[in-house]
Amino acid sequence: MADSAYIPNAVSAVPATTVKVNSRHSALVRVTHWITTLCFIALLVSGIEILISHPRFYWGETGNVLTTPLFKIPIPSSRALVPTGYGYVLPDQNGWSRYLHFQAAWALVLTGLLYAIFSLVSGHWRKNLLPGKAELSWRVLWTEISNHLRFKRPSESEAWSYNLLQRITYLFVIFVLFPLVIWTGLAMSLGFVSAFPATVTLLGGQQSARTIHFFVSVALVLFLLVHVVMIFLAGFRSRMRAMITGKAGTGKEST
Amino acid sequence: MSDLSRRKLITAGVAATAGVLGLGAAARIAERYGLVPPDHGGIWGIGETLTYASQRLLTRHSLAREFSRSQISKRPVANEMPPLNDAYKRVQAGGFLDWRLSVDGLVARPGMFSLKQLKSYPSRSQITQLACEEGWSYIAEWHGVPLSHVLDVVGIQPHARYVVYFSIDPEWWESIDMADALHPQTFLAYGMNGNELPTGNGGPLRLRLPRQLGYKSVKFITRLTVTDSLKGFGKGLGSASPEGGYAWYAGI
Repeated sequence: MADSAYIPNAVSAVPATTVKVNSRHSALVRVTHWITTLCFIALLVSGIEILISHPRFYWGETGNVLTTPLFKIPIPSSRALVPTGYGYVLPDQNGWSRYLHFQAAWALVLTGLLYAIFSLVSGHWRKNLLPGKAELSWRVLWTEISNHLRFKRPSESEAWSYNLLQRITYLFVIFVLFPLVIWTGLAMSLGFVSAFPATVTLLGGQQSARTIHFFVSVALVLFLLVHVVMIFLAGFRSRMRAMITGKAGTGKEST
Repeated sequence: MSDLSRRKLITAGVAATAGVLGLGAAARIAERYGLVPPDHGGIWGIGETLTYASQRLLTRHSLAREFSRSQISKRPVANEMPPLNDAYKRVQAGGFLDWRLSVDGLVARPGMFSLKQLKSYPSRSQITQLACEEGWSYIAEWHGVPLSHVLDVVGIQPHARYVVYFSIDPEWWESIDMADALHPQTFLAYGMNGNELPTGNGGPLRLRLPRQLGYKSVKFITRLTVTDSLKGFGKGLGSASPEGGYAWYAGI
């Protein structure tokens, strides 16, 4: 559907005889990508604010200032109850942070659902993300890893398709990290677990869910950082253009 | 304008109109079935309504998790709170003999209940978790009378939709819908871990609502009002929490 919706009206890299050109990223992928970006930033900022009200983590069902934490984050807190070692208490930001966190979570989940349905129907995952049989070998993987470690600029063809490491990473983010962060988030909800208690007992308890939620969020932030660095290495303008307009660049900066 | 873009424009227009009409219909249905929270206005309204509506559809009769005796926290947390007011200290000095819970609103027999009367009703216990929106939690055994029992005694009218409850601290009041008010685990709690409920945990009388966060379990309860509308209470947002920037529904 959206794959063929784009019709080039300016000069493009493909032969002039072709009337319709598949864009680098379909309109739906581009739109859901940027909504996800926006939601993720909102979730990150509000998540940090919520964390500040109790920067201690536990394992099991319960945990509080009277129990031994698994670990503490050495930052001041927005609650006087928490012994942080700092002589001051930060202002309480939990009200709007919680409202924003859940609103952004809804937007992200609904966007993800739309993306998943589209990807299944259009074959986006199969065509663009699942590694091909020929590609899936230790030799290819090793070449990719060594190319990345040497900060080698991507080849021309990579402006049009993902390399193996990219595919594996995106699949991991889509099918492991996002489902886990949603699951552990819901497992902290007293209302949700009253209907689905196994969602929290399987994780080892409500405080375990909170701790896993934190680590998965850290993993997502690491992904975001590497993702942005890779875009700069591959050519910021061309990659941004591809994700905004759908037009693939050559990988070289024109300036 | 090319044919294609005109067709796309018309399609988009039709879709947008259908979307708006669909949302309007959905809003009316949600309102009728009590799926819209009182703090649904403003920029957070969509998220709040989605959360409240979906949890109401999924959890109307579900029970909060109960734990074994061995899981009870050794030291239950008494959260920080504003200093106790003179009204509290006066009744405390008299050993809470003069503590009264008044029940009014859409009830057949409004009344005042002493702690002794409340304790004369069938006592129930639950080992449940108290979780704070900040992230910490503890498990305790709570003893009390189910709120539904007291509501039976006063006889609620059929069009009752919410129960509003007030602390002796006038700044602190909350409300719940009838699904929560009549829920078997919603207690007027007067005891904890086999003892009287300590002041730090809300004694002598606290509402316990184990399917929602701690701030809905208001301490030092002195009054209940049964109502069909929350508009007349405070700013009409349902409770003190939304007025302070926190969500009315705290099931998440």
